[in-house]
Amino acid sequence: MDTQQQLDDFQRRIDNGEKIEPKDWMPERYRKQLIRIMSQHAHSEIVGMLPEGNWITRAPSLRRKVALLAKVQDEAGHGLYLYSAAETLGISRDELVEQLLDGTAKYSSIFNYPTLTWADMGAVGWLVDGAAIINQVMLTKTSYGPYARAMVRICKEESFHQRQGYEIMLALANGTEAQKQMAQDALNRFWWPSLMMFGPRDEDSPNTEQSMKWKIKKKTNDELRQQFVDQTVPQADILGLTIPDPDLKWNEERGHYDFGEIDWEEFWNVVKGNGPCNLKRLEDRNAAWDNGAWVREAAVAHAEKQAAKRVSKSA
Amino acid sequence: MEQKALYDYLLLLGDNSAILGQRLGELCGHGPELETDIALTNVSLDLFGQVRNYFQYAAKVAGEDATEDSIAMLRLEHEYKNSLLVEQPNRDFAYVICRQFLFDTYHQLLLNELVNSKNDQIAAIAKKSIKEVDYHYDISSTWMQRLGDGTEESNKRLQDALDFLWRYSMELFKPTDTEIIMAEMGVGPDLETLRPVYLERVKDIFLKSNVIAKEDAIFQYGGKTGTHTEYLGYILAEFQYMQRAYPNMQW
Ligand SMILES: [Fe+2]
Ligand SMILES: [Fe+2]
Repeated sequence: MDTQQQLDDFQRRIDNGEKIEPKDWMPERYRKQLIRIMSQHAHSEIVGMLPEGNWITRAPSLRRKVALLAKVQDEAGHGLYLYSAAETLGISRDELVEQLLDGTAKYSSIFNYPTLTWADMGAVGWLVDGAAIINQVMLTKTSYGPYARAMVRICKEESFHQRQGYEIMLALANGTEAQKQMAQDALNRFWWPSLMMFGPRDEDSPNTEQSMKWKIKKKTNDELRQQFVDQTVPQADILGLTIPDPDLKWNEERGHYDFGEIDWEEFWNVVKGNGPCNLKRLEDRNAAWDNGAWVREAAVAHAEKQAAKRVSKSA
Repeated sequence: MEQKALYDYLLLLGDNSAILGQRLGELCGHGPELETDIALTNVSLDLFGQVRNYFQYAAKVAGEDATEDSIAMLRLEHEYKNSLLVEQPNRDFAYVICRQFLFDTYHQLLLNELVNSKNDQIAAIAKKSIKEVDYHYDISSTWMQRLGDGTEESNKRLQDALDFLWRYSMELFKPTDTEIIMAEMGVGPDLETLRPVYLERVKDIFLKSNVIAKEDAIFQYGGKTGTHTEYLGYILAEFQYMQRAYPNMQW
């Protein structure tokens, strides 16, 4: 049981801006919350490979194909760093993967939307990586050391992805009528789900207060969402694309864009597993895992035989 | 005449990498574990990098408005010159590894010769590619041994894959008219001379992997001269989709 003294000391360290390291004492709830956030983040990287992997074989040019392959590979790398960072909290990668596969762990709901055209590769890079960066830049300052360090490394790659996605959109926006339509359609489908990436409204987000107090998060969902809208609207203007929100307008007084209400029913549906691709994503991850079981067993068996050989040689 | 042969030769080189890269691209996000997913995606990435080098050069040789993309994606099926081996499907991880190993071993031998090509451009591309292919060979030959030695099941799966794929291996060494001309000009190697080294190398790894190549295999040929298996059409349907559906656009 965590004593009050321990909790107070811990809070003092957080308030002083100290980083918490794996061997330090931490409240059980802090550990649990971090495991939840970090594993969700890791799972998002991995599940996020699927909607983009969907276009690798159909990329329109060799240059784009190479860039997309590199991007999806980066995401797998992010998943790896994040799983190892989460493991410092005393949980194994296999346990975390298990939670993803049986549907108990969550991942970013954006990846439950389908990628239907090539323009979606642009929209995902521009909007989804764009939204991810806003969250992740904040997380480079998070109180848990290994997570903060993983984020520093990952952020550099994410901003490259975001530029790459925007560049795909720019090529479409400067292209033929068919290409412009494709770009607008992608924005129409990905705009609202991107805003949903920041999670429920602050008043509906039960964990926010505690995670702010522990400096796991430094900004609320609504603050981050506003930052994303403010950053993205001018970029859409440059592309000559229309954001699908009739209520979107600059508010001089607030110094921010006002924007319309998210369809929260859709949000909760997708979070609870009833989005357009939830089943498909989990099915694909499960199939990869199940089909790979004999491969992983073979690798372990081979390593054990090799180790046994070394022992018998040195004996 | 010489330009035509050179162009065809660049297709022979590039198409193997493109079609194998395409097959590996199908696997991205579906591998047995993250590390292998990353490794195989990386191989695909390298192969497409090589394709770009070959086809940018081929576009110059072809002149007019040929581009790396028109060459890669706007030919008809029988105009592709990849070997039958690389178009074979990803039936399971053993097929993927075995196909990769049979190709990598050839690819490594080929590039080792091409670095001395009398064609400077090809020599330069080979020099750049060889480090990548050494790494591909490391991955595939290591996995051959893991699977072959691992469990009863993995050994059986690898043997099945080899039984199926071995028949496509010798096409790599049967020179087409183009390859004969290129060998005479000192641009490419005499493929027949690479065959014995190849057999020695692959059989060494088969031995270490507890699998056997069929002695009485009936080898299959045709891809390099444009007669493919049924698989290629479907690969191209995806590969060419955007260029066909949206012709003459910039991406
Ligand atoms: Fe990422
Ligand atoms: Fe990313």
